[in-house]
Amino acid sequence: MGEAGALVPEPYVVVGRRQEAEDVVTLRLEPVDGVRPAFRPGQFNMVTSFGQGEIAVSMSGAARAVEPLEHSIRRVGAVSAALCAAPIGAVVGIRGPYGTSWAVEEVEDGADVVVMAGGIGLAPLRGAVMELVARLEAGRGRVFVLAGARSPDQILFPEDLRSWERAGAHVAISVDVGAPGWTGAVGVVTDLLATAPFDAEGARALLCGPEIMMRFGGRALVDRGVDPARVLVSLERNMQCGVGLCGHCQLGPVLVCRDGPVVRYGGLADELFMERNR
Amino acid sequence: MSERSSEHTRALVAEHAFLAGLPPQAIELVAEVGEPVSFGAGSLLFREGSPADVAYLVTKGRVALEVHAPNRGPVVVDTIGAGQVAGLSWAAVPFRYQFDARALDDVEAVAVDAARLRVALAEDPVLGFLFLDRLAAVMLRRLQATRIRLLDLYGPGGG
Repeated sequence: MGEAGALVPEPYVVVGRRQEAEDVVTLRLEPVDGVRPAFRPGQFNMVTSFGQGEIAVSMSGAARAVEPLEHSIRRVGAVSAALCAAPIGAVVGIRGPYGTSWAVEEVEDGADVVVMAGGIGLAPLRGAVMELVARLEAGRGRVFVLAGARSPDQILFPEDLRSWERAGAHVAISVDVGAPGWTGAVGVVTDLLATAPFDAEGARALLCGPEIMMRFGGRALVDRGVDPARVLVSLERNMQCGVGLCGHCQLGPVLVCRDGPVVRYGGLADELFMERNR
Repeated sequence: MSERSSEHTRALVAEHAFLAGLPPQAIELVAEVGEPVSFGAGSLLFREGSPADVAYLVTKGRVALEVHAPNRGPVVVDTIGAGQVAGLSWAAVPFRYQFDARALDDVEAVAVDAARLRVALAEDPVLGFLFLDRLAAVMLRRLQATRIRLLDLYGPGGG
């Protein structure tokens, strides 16, 4: 996509929708014309609700080109509310993909991978976990999925979590507040690290969720012995142009839309997290 | 307690993460005042308001700390797994449990006689300090985790 084209949304039609939680909807999208561009898990698109506006949303589905594009959107403002309400057959705008990925393809054979997600943070990691589970099934390395949610009814992608566990992944879930019938863990997601039997030597970690969770999670992983340079986090800022021109998403030396959203924790995000008023 | 079961208790205590790194006399002490216990899923380890006379070193399974709320029934405030301690109230006055502790699945633990432990630690201030240092770390971690949860990070605008 050229620079000019990068700023022009392409029309995509909603071919499917799933209510993941009370305030989270996954839209399955196909281009009105042509084939959707390839992407890597962790990247994002600018998604337009025509007449409302545009927001940055990470891809939440498989990167395979045969699959429709999937975006899991949490209803927090006018644009996201309009997108969450988009019925099958509606047309939305898509431009992208933008930004950096989880670089799952670079994970060395045999290395353990820890995936820590909080809330809607599981959505940008979902495609990466799909690839990591395929890697696990191919005998190339283990994966540990630690997911936190506000309450049991807010756990995203429960079917996926079960299928990843059946495939041999270590899956642990923790909620902030339990509910009748919930027999899983109650507490913060970082506590799940204590019972995840991964080998910190050579391990990689992928974190996405509230910034405070990533801050504490990054520190806990490093305390456990994971090399901080092998911990990746996904930053969230006010992305507008998506191509590093407007500067709205600047965070210290980083233009999150261009240099992120996925950045290394050690020597970058760990310091950025400690900057105030950003 | 038979010699064989004493050895079993000592092995469980020596391997427990809460006591890792403490000197041998600490392991000996806990083994002396502890005994292996098990609880079926759903059974209570202790009840809110009752005297906190036992600390449980969980070795298998998970324990939910619950509080009863009007019109809501039992609300789980935390879960505790293998390598952790259920029941910290034995360490400070008024020595009364503040929550119900219920086995979420089949639980195995070492039940430590807290009254005897308190006396022994008072008689050996160095060991007492080491224990309290360890307990303080657990309490601090739980306090910090509770504060983080109060932020409602996953709620609207929580991030």
